[in-house]
Amino acid sequence: MLTNILTVALPEIIILISAMSVLLLGVFFKNKNATSLFGITQLTLLIAAYFTSQLPIESKLLAFNDMFVADSLSLYLKLLSYFGLSLVLIYSRDYLLKKNLLNGEFFSLVLFALLGINLIISSYHLLTLYMGIELLSLSLYTLVAIDRKRQEATEAAMKYFILGAVASGFLLYGFSMLYGITGSLYLNEISQQIGITEANPMILSFALVFVTVGIAFKFGAAPFQLWVPDVYQGSSTPITMFIGSIPKFASVAMLVRLLYQTLDHLVMDWQLMLLVMAITSMLLGNITAIAQTKIKRLLAYSTISHVGFMLLGLATGAITGISAALFYIATYVLMTLASFGLILCLSNQRGDIDKISDLSGLAKDQPWLAFLLLIIFLSLAGIPPTIGFYAKFSIIQATLQFGWIWPAVVAVMSALIGIYYYLRMIKIAYFDEAIKATKPSKSVHSELNLTLTMNVIALIILGLFPSTLMEIATLTSALIF
Amino acid sequence: MMMNFILSIAIWTPISLGILLLILQKNLSEKIIYKLGNIFGLIAFLITIPLYIFFDTTYSGFQFQEIAPWISHFSIQYHLGLDGISLPLVMLTSLITWLVIFISSNSISRSLGSYIASFLILSGLMIGVFLALDAILYYVFWEAMLIPMFLLIGVWGGPNRVYATIKFFLYTVLGSLLMLVAFIYLFNQTGSFSIIDFYSKQLSLNAQVLLFVAFFMAFAVKIPMWPVHTWLPDAHVEAPTGGSVILAAIMLKLGAYSFIRFAMPIAPDGLLLLKPYLIAISLIAIVYIALVAIVQTDMKKLIAYSSISHMGFVTLGLFMLNPLGFEGGYVQMISHGFISAALFFSIGVLYDRMHTREIKDYGGIINSMPVFGSFFVLFAMANSGLPGTSGFVGEFLVILGAMQENFWIAFLAALTLIFGATYSLWLVKRIIFGVVKNKKIAGLVDLNAKEFFVMSTLAGLTLIIGIYPALITDITNQSSIVMLELIQQSKI
Repeated sequence: MLTNILTVALPEIIILISAMSVLLLGVFFKNKNATSLFGITQLTLLIAAYFTSQLPIESKLLAFNDMFVADSLSLYLKLLSYFGLSLVLIYSRDYLLKKNLLNGEFFSLVLFALLGINLIISSYHLLTLYMGIELLSLSLYTLVAIDRKRQEATEAAMKYFILGAVASGFLLYGFSMLYGITGSLYLNEISQQIGITEANPMILSFALVFVTVGIAFKFGAAPFQLWVPDVYQGSSTPITMFIGSIPKFASVAMLVRLLYQTLDHLVMDWQLMLLVMAITSMLLGNITAIAQTKIKRLLAYSTISHVGFMLLGLATGAITGISAALFYIATYVLMTLASFGLILCLSNQRGDIDKISDLSGLAKDQPWLAFLLLIIFLSLAGIPPTIGFYAKFSIIQATLQFGWIWPAVVAVMSALIGIYYYLRMIKIAYFDEAIKATKPSKSVHSELNLTLTMNVIALIILGLFPSTLMEIATLTSALIF
Repeated sequence: MMMNFILSIAIWTPISLGILLLILQKNLSEKIIYKLGNIFGLIAFLITIPLYIFFDTTYSGFQFQEIAPWISHFSIQYHLGLDGISLPLVMLTSLITWLVIFISSNSISRSLGSYIASFLILSGLMIGVFLALDAILYYVFWEAMLIPMFLLIGVWGGPNRVYATIKFFLYTVLGSLLMLVAFIYLFNQTGSFSIIDFYSKQLSLNAQVLLFVAFFMAFAVKIPMWPVHTWLPDAHVEAPTGGSVILAAIMLKLGAYSFIRFAMPIAPDGLLLLKPYLIAISLIAIVYIALVAIVQTDMKKLIAYSSISHMGFVTLGLFMLNPLGFEGGYVQMISHGFISAALFFSIGVLYDRMHTREIKDYGGIINSMPVFGSFFVLFAMANSGLPGTSGFVGEFLVILGAMQENFWIAFLAALTLIFGATYSLWLVKRIIFGVVKNKKIAGLVDLNAKEFFVMSTLAGLTLIIGIYPALITDITNQSSIVMLELIQQSKI
């Protein structure tokens, strides 16, 4: 039994130990030696990644009384999470060091959040899932408020906390109804029970709606997106970067686990809900983003529209849809990290970047960073030859294959609206004269620049040769069931 | 060995030379950058010559084909091929790009290296569009092409450049996204993105009409056809000379080429159903836009509207679906490539000296610039379709084709010979002849050696094709026969 747990959940155990010891070590190290904490965290990620990758992709391994599962989905999403978090830490190190926030608490909270993400991804039982959600959410609320001297941050954390708590309540309510109908908390048993018993359709549909609303809240999909822009704007940039990227892996996993693996008999019912949310998110996200003047708010609305695209793929209820969404989420995180990485890079050199107009004249000051900006935003807009194009491409392919022609056309039209505001960013960086006199860049953070460059090159290389990542996503989604 | 990759070389040489120039430009002086860029442009042109030499005009299929798996998950291939319809356009692209680079040092003062590099990259991407036989490969080239053009207009353009370049980008993307949906629909039907597989796929009439409309949105914007033409005058007016030249000479042809390559053979029954409307739209472009051109006060805008009107001739010829019209439309495409390029170069020559494009600021140029004046008169004549120039051949064939279809179509189309002459000759009268308007004009210097070279090359080509159009029709003949057969077959 113990050996079983050790093989299946070893990465989580390592993350937990590391999260606690980092907190402890942080007390002794204070701020002087944050670099060693940074190193420990990165090492943890590396070790966790190593042990995760040792798990077989083809089989479904269960542990903790079958409440915890390791399958292809968890393998794919966990490895991406480690990689993403590692990048987040590299990008945010200098910025946090300057703001005096790089301490044991930060690393510990980030690791606990990762643990929550891992739990959600690997859950095979409603309680495991809920525990993961709470662990992730509580860590995120605290992370948003970690810069406690800033009023904005506290306000954002409060908003996030209240709305998040409501969402958790919805989920829990849905879970309890499911338990009432089926008498089980195991995902596979619930699915079987719904298949055979004639459950009260009223309670079942309420359960379904509550669960879907909870998922949509955590995803930040319209019409449950209200917290996204405020939290993005209020948190300090590294935290925004974290919130905007890795937890989305957990949201995708939560959706697949709950809707595809648990409520799979109700596919006809949730399909339409997801479709409506997908289209609303795409249109609302893209149209509202046009009016934004702050970069982080703009990226928040852009996130909402990207979530809409993912939901469109997931709404098909087909394997191709999942594989397209899994491909999309990987590319989305890579692009988001690059965009926030760029903002951090610029913030370190030109002072905090807040408004979009702060980017003006970038092409003259720093042509290389301007070029990276060009690629990043073209990728977010989905213009080939960047990876963003294939992400949208595979979603639209899955939608059309399912026979949804008009949703595909709406998706494409909303992508067109998106292109407008991404182009406006490029326009400001390339064509506008600098508004405020920029100080000559103080120190060139070569390590940060190098990471960003590698990240952007990855956007192009993957854009030219997306085959491998697509194959992996397809294999993963084919092996889930 | 080299022959196997001759098409890839034609695409990737200019792109890699462009990137090389971008990297090198930091440490070089303007003069060396110009020389280097010029050599690169010449190389990019010279490597397309073997395509012409080794092209087999008796064979109607695709030549020099290259196939390699690219994105196996969606069975997307790196598939290139050349036929009689793409060859003249490839040659046109590489030649005009070189000429644009050759004359660039006259009008561009800042970041010349990036300017030349953009054109080199753009040229490779456009050649890629003409050679791709896989829909997604084609789409990637088609979209990627927008990026250098977006920057060319936005960075080196006129005062209202940002508005113009964003409008250009959004209009084009609007159409091409629908085209992407059409491609994916076809993929779901055939299981492949190969254009050749698309040709043989049977489709219902309803599907064909929708597909044709989706393609139409993409290509009509690019050509541009009335009523989606409004981006073109803006883009032309704001673009630097080189940008205008490439836009008029090549980019507009991409739309017409894509109609021949995709929309017409893939959805022939849809085309047949929509044919009356398409002909009507083409005629509106020919007549109405020509009238609009007459009243313009900005000469670049005038030539831009004249371009739209001439592209109306191209689409009219293509959509008539008879051999004369098809051939005529195609020759008109190539001929317009030379003539519009020459006219935009001419305006560039004037603008570099006078820094104004208003027609009323000019007059009596012939007194100070006799050589330029003669060239300009020749190109204006060619633009209005004077026999002996290439402009005549295309228009004449299209009108003959229209006559086979219906007398009134031919009549309306032939009106353009009058309108075209009106705006071209009136422009000549106001700019070249008449009294010398002001001291600045009296002091103008005639063409320098570089300008003379560019002008005489284009003049020579205009005349050669005008006198001996078989130079083009021999190449296109076999392919266009096959293409027309494909278009005339029902696919229901």
